[in-house]
Amino acid sequence: MASRDDIKFLSNPKIGQKRKKYCRFKRYGIKYIDYKDPDFLLSFVNEQGKILPRRISGNSLKYQRKVSTAIKRARHLAMLPYVTDLLK
Amino acid sequence: MRHYETTFIVDPVLSGDEIKTTAQAYVDHLQQEGCKIVFVDEMGLRTLAYPIKKRNTGVYYSIEYTSENGVFIQPFELAMRRDDRIMRFLTVTLDKYGIQYNEDKRNGKIGKAKRGKQNKAAKTESAAHGISRKQSDAPSVSGVPSGDAESRKEEEE
Repeated sequence: MASRDDIKFLSNPKIGQKRKKYCRFKRYGIKYIDYKDPDFLLSFVNEQGKILPRRISGNSLKYQRKVSTAIKRARHLAMLPYVTDLLK
Repeated sequence: MRHYETTFIVDPVLSGDEIKTTAQAYVDHLQQEGCKIVFVDEMGLRTLAYPIKKRNTGVYYSIEYTSENGVFIQPFELAMRRDDRIMRFLTVTLDKYGIQYNEDKRNGKIGKAKRGKQNKAAKTESAAHGISRKQSDAPSVSGVPSGDAESRKEEEE
């Protein structure tokens, strides 16, 4: 695989580098967020069932709004809890 | 012409026939109001995230329909509110992406449309996949595509 010339660093230079956050809806072209799909929405809430902020999830504003509406609709239909502990 | 979608939860204590007739009653109600039913989705018995009326499960139904105007919605929701058998309901209007999504879901294409979800499911698989691919086409094209895939994977994790 890697020949001797490719080995330049003793330690992995990628360690300590921050990974760039991105909006998965933009990257993968997801246009509609289904409120009837609690398993998917579960990736945007924390253990207590609170909606994660944009700075954590990396969503763009447009899709963060859609995510939050979808989660609120799912809560109304008892697909996601309003308050809980140990959701995950 | 607008697309609507009503999701409601029927009391699970009723017998199977009663549940079906309840759902059918609302489908008929919509048709009487002049709505065109696109699809009735029986999502079946699911556990609720929190108890409603001291019930821990509910039978979910989702009706997608079109209507010329929103006049029907007032009497329709009133009937649901007065009905003891309906535990919860939610009516939303669908935008064009929502219509597309529902259509794809009906045709079983949703795995492709919702790639984000699929990736997560296939994440464990992808590791093995990457290895096999590297072995197979390492000499010829390996540089760009496999490296790209690797960086993608790292970003995902």
